Amino acid sequence: MNFDIIVVGGGHAGCEASHAAAKMGFNVALISANKKNIADMPCNPSIGGTAKGIVVREIDALGGLMGKVADKSLIQIKMLNNAKGPAVRSLRAQADKITYPKEMLKELESINNLTIIEAMVEDLIVDGKNIKGVKLANGEVINCKALILTTGTYLKSKILVGDTSKEEGPHGEKRSNHLSDSLRDLGFEIQRLKTGTPQRLDKSSIDFSVLKEENGDDCYWTFSFDNGPFYDKDKQEKCFIVYTNEETHRIIRENLTKSAMYGGYAEGIGPRYCPSIEDKVVRFADKERHQLFLEPESLYYDDIYLQGFSTSMPEDVQERMVHSLKGLENAKILKYAYAIEYDAINPLQLTPSLETKVINNLFTAGQINGTSGYEEAAGQGLIAGINAGLKLQGKDPLILKRNESYIGVLIDDLVTKGTKEPYRLLTSRAEYRLLLRHDNADLRLREYGFNCGLISEEQYQKLNNKIKSIEEVESYLKNNRVTFKTLPEDYLAKLNITLTNGVSIFEFMKRPEVTLEDLLKYNIIDFKNISDEVWEQVIFDIKYEGYIKKEQEEADKLIKMEGKQIPDDIDYDKVKNLASEARQKLKLVKPLTLAQASRISGVNPVDISVLAIYLKKEYNKND
Amino acid sequence: MARKWGVSMNTTICAISTAMGVGAISIIRCSGPKAISIVNSIFKGKNLEEVPSHTINYGYIFYNGEIIDEVLVSVMKAPKTFTTEDIVEINSHGGPAITNRILEILLLSGCTLADPGEFTKRAFLNGRIDLTQAEAVQDLVTSESEKSRKMAINQLTGSLSNQIISIRKEILNVQANIEVNIDYPEYEEGEKYTKETLLPKIEKINIMLTDLLNNAKNGKMIKSGINVALLGKPNVGKSSILNSFLEEEKAIVTPIAGTTRDVVEGRFILDGIILNIIDTAGIRKTDDVVEKIGVERSIKASEDADLIIYVVSSEDLLTSEDEEILKSLKGKNVILFVNKNDISDKKLSTDFVSDDYIIYGNTVTFEGLDNLKDKIRKMFNLSEIESSNYTFLSNARQLSLIKSANVKIENIINTIGDLPLDVFTIDLREAYELLGEIIGETYKEDLIDELFSKFCLGK
Repeated sequence: MNFDIIVVGGGHAGCEASHAAAKMGFNVALISANKKNIADMPCNPSIGGTAKGIVVREIDALGGLMGKVADKSLIQIKMLNNAKGPAVRSLRAQADKITYPKEMLKELESINNLTIIEAMVEDLIVDGKNIKGVKLANGEVINCKALILTTGTYLKSKILVGDTSKEEGPHGEKRSNHLSDSLRDLGFEIQRLKTGTPQRLDKSSIDFSVLKEENGDDCYWTFSFDNGPFYDKDKQEKCFIVYTNEETHRIIRENLTKSAMYGGYAEGIGPRYCPSIEDKVVRFADKERHQLFLEPESLYYDDIYLQGFSTSMPEDVQERMVHSLKGLENAKILKYAYAIEYDAINPLQLTPSLETKVINNLFTAGQINGTSGYEEAAGQGLIAGINAGLKLQGKDPLILKRNESYIGVLIDDLVTKGTKEPYRLLTSRAEYRLLLRHDNADLRLREYGFNCGLISEEQYQKLNNKIKSIEEVESYLKNNRVTFKTLPEDYLAKLNITLTNGVSIFEFMKRPEVTLEDLLKYNIIDFKNISDEVWEQVIFDIKYEGYIKKEQEEADKLIKMEGKQIPDDIDYDKVKNLASEARQKLKLVKPLTLAQASRISGVNPVDISVLAIYLKKEYNKND
Repeated sequence: MARKWGVSMNTTICAISTAMGVGAISIIRCSGPKAISIVNSIFKGKNLEEVPSHTINYGYIFYNGEIIDEVLVSVMKAPKTFTTEDIVEINSHGGPAITNRILEILLLSGCTLADPGEFTKRAFLNGRIDLTQAEAVQDLVTSESEKSRKMAINQLTGSLSNQIISIRKEILNVQANIEVNIDYPEYEEGEKYTKETLLPKIEKINIMLTDLLNNAKNGKMIKSGINVALLGKPNVGKSSILNSFLEEEKAIVTPIAGTTRDVVEGRFILDGIILNIIDTAGIRKTDDVVEKIGVERSIKASEDADLIIYVVSSEDLLTSEDEEILKSLKGKNVILFVNKNDISDKKLSTDFVSDDYIIYGNTVTFEGLDNLKDKIRKMFNLSEIESSNYTFLSNARQLSLIKSANVKIENIINTIGDLPLDVFTIDLREAYELLGEIIGETYKEDLIDELFSKFCLGK
C-alpha cells in the first residue's frame, strides 16, 4: 500500500493531523491499534480550561476539528475568568466521553481521501535520513512520503497501581514495545515520563445531597466560530466539589511507602502541575484540606471522574481513601486510579515545524513530544499535519509566532527549551496574552488556515466581513466627536460628568462609566446590523488601547527578530567569541532564527550579538 | 523579553560618548529611528524634525518644565551617518551630573541605553564598516560586554542587591497569586485579590521602590556630592564661612567646572562626601549695586542646591525680605546660620526653619562651624551612608531601570479602579523584569516555579 502521509496513532493529535493533511488534498492513512479508541479521552472528561480553551479556538480558527466536535459533545460549559479580564478568558466544557469520539470518527470517516487502518505499527522504514514508510505487526509494509507519529502514552507504557505494574496502555490496550527502540536506534533521545489519572466512581453510590454543585454558565457559548450551540443551557450536567480531610491525609501518610511513586516503583518524571494526591499531602503538609471535583463522564454510562485524587496507591488503600471523603462514604470505585509511565522523545530534536531533525519528513506531535493534555496534543497534531502537507508541496512550513497564538508558544517552548516533565500550557507562559485572546483567535489565525486549504472560501469571506466591519465602526468612532452640547441632557445627568472640550466618541468610550448600551439608547451613535462579535473587538480596542499598543510594540520587535534567519548549515565552532555554554546549546537546539536563539537558556545577549555579526559577515554580505 | 535582545535594531539607543570626568564638553549620542523625535521632545529651540541634515542647533534641554542645560545639538539624518541610522548628538557643557541627567531623561523619553560597542556594531550590521573589520567588532563587543558584566557584578554589593531581590520577591508573590487564580480559577488556591486587597500590596511595593530610589539619591550624593548654596545679604559673612571651611579642610579653592551648571567655588569633604559650594556670584553682583537680594534670584540659585546655608547677622536677624526668601525655599534643606554672635546674643525663631537647624556662631572665631557640620551630617544621614552600598545605583542606567519599574507600579495604583486584573500583570511583569535586569536575572521560569512550589493544584 502507498500513501502520501501516514499518521500513527488516533488520539487527539492524530485526528487533527490526519484531517488537516487530508483536507490539503493528500492521500492519508490513519493507523490506530483500535478504531474504538480514536479520539479517546482516557483522562478527564473535559475540553478546554485556561489557555487550553483558547487553543481549541485557535484550532478551530485554523480549520481543525476539536472545537466543532467539542460543541457537539459538551454536556456543560462555562467561561473561566470572565471577571478577570478579556485576556485570560477561556472556555471549559465537560465533554461526553462517548459522544466526542463518535462525532470525531464521523468527521474523519466523511473524508474520502482519509483511510483508517486498524493495526499495530512495529517499525519505521527509513532510507538513509528519509522516512519511507512503516512495518505493521503482521509484517505488512505501508509506504509514504511523510510520516506523523502521534503515539501518545503507548510507547513502552506501564500502568502502575501500588507495587503492581502492567505493561500495557490505557484501557488494557497493547503497548508499543519496539517503536521507541527503533527511534533510539535512529538517533532520538528517549526520555521516560509519567502521568496519572484518578478513580471513576459509580454515580448511584454517591451522596450528592451533601456536596456543593458547580453549574455551567446560564448562557450559550461555542468553541467553534462556524456553528451555533447544540445544547440546552437549562439542561446542562452538574459537577460537584468534594474536600479531603484529616482522616484522608492520615490514611495517605500511613501508606505512603505503598505508593508506586513514593515506594520507588516508578522511574518516570511526573508533572508538577498534576501532582498525585500523595504528592499534595506530602508537599503541602500544612494544608487542612484539598479540593476535589466530581465530573460526569457521559450521559450514556454512570462513571463519575474524581478530579484531583490521582494516585498510585494500591487498590485497598484507594478504597479507604475514597471512603474517607464526605459524600463518598459508600462510593463504589469502578476504576482505580493509576499512574502511567511512557517513552517520549526529547523535543529539542524537533524543528518548530514539528519535523524531526533526525529523519527527514518524519513529524511528531502530542505526548510523544513530552506534552500533556488533549488540547496541547490536538494543536500540535494540526500543525504537524499542515506542515507535513506543506513539505510535500514544497512550501515553507507554518510556524506560528509567540505573539500570534498559544499553539506557537507551546511549540516554541518545546523545541527551544525542551521539557523534563509533561508540559502543560498555562496563560503564564505567554508574554503577549493581551494579544492572544479567546475572542480574536479567528482574526489572528484564520488566514493561515485559508492559505493552507483548511478554511473554505465562505468562511474566509465571513472573516473579511468581520474585519471590515470592525474597521468601519472604529473609523466612525474616531472621526466623530461628542461635545457637551451634543450629548442629551438626561444622559449627561446620568453620567454626572462635565465635558469641557469635545472628544472623539472613541476616546469618550474609554471612560469606565460610558457603556455601549447607553450610547445606543440615547442615540448618540446609530449603528444597525453590527454583530456582538464586532462590538466585542471594538470595545476591547477602545478600553485597552494603551496596553495593546505596548504589547504590540514588544511583539513587533519580536517579529523583526524572527525575520533574522540562521542558515541550517551554520557551524557554531567557527563563530569566534561565543561563550562555551551558548555554543553547546546552539548546537543542540539549532534555532531557526535569532529570536529563537535568544530564548534559549544559557544564550546571553552578547552571544546573540556575536552571532548576528557572524551571520552578517558570512551570509548577507550584500545586504 | 525583547528589551534584552542585543540585535534589535529598531530601538533607539543612547550613550555618553565622551570620557566622564571634568571635561569641558560632554557628548551624548543617540542613534535609531526615533533619535530625532525623542531629542526633539526634550529640546527647546528649532524643531529638530524640520532642520536640514548635518546641522548644529542651539537651544536648551528641558524636562518637566525645567531647563536642564544649554546645549548644541547636531542632527545627522540616515543614511549618511556612522551607524547609517538617524543620529543626534547633544553637546552639553555641564559636568558629569548634568550629562548623566540628560542621559537619564533620554532613557525616560524612550531611548534604550546602548550596549557596549553597540554603535560600532550597528555601523557594521548596517553595512557602514568594511567587512574586514568584522572580527575586530566581534572582539570589541565581547570584551566590552565582559568588562561591563564584571563591573556590574563587582558593583553589586550585599544590601542593595538584597533590596532588589526582596522587592522582586514581593512582586512575584503578588503576581503568583494573581496567576494561580487565572490559570486555576476552579481552585481555592492562593489569595483571591479584589481591587481593595490588591492595592495595599502594590503600595507596599511602591514604598520599597521609593526607598530604593532614595538610596539611589544617596548613591548619587556619594558620586557627585552635595551641592551647597550659601545665601544671605551682603556682608553677613557668607564668604567667611566658605573660606573657613576651605581653609580648615585644605580643599580645592580654584573655581572648576563642577557637577552642576553653576560653577563650583570650592569643594571640601565631610565624612567622605564631597560638598560642592555653588557660586552665588550672580546674586552678589546685584548686591553691590542694590542693597537687596532679589527673591527670584535666590530661588534660582537654590534650584540645584541640595542644601542651603542661609546666613544672617545677629544685628538684623530676619528682615521681612529674608522671611520671604526662606518661605520660598520651603521643602528644601535649609540651615540658618546666625553670624556675629559677639555683637548680640538675641535668639530668633521662624516658621520656615526649625529651631534645631538654627545655629549661632562666629566666622571669625570659627565658633559654630563644628555645629554646622554636625547639622549637615544629621540632615543627610551621613553616618549611615556606607559608600560601598550605593555605588552601583549611581549609574544612570540602573537608576532609570528602577524609575521605570516605579512608573509601572504607580501605573497600577492609578488605574486599579478601572481595569481588570489581567492588565496589572503586564505592569507587574515589566516591573519585575526591569529590576531583574539590574541583577541580571530573567523572568519566565521564576513565575512557573513559584506557581507550582507554592500552590497545590492538579488532577
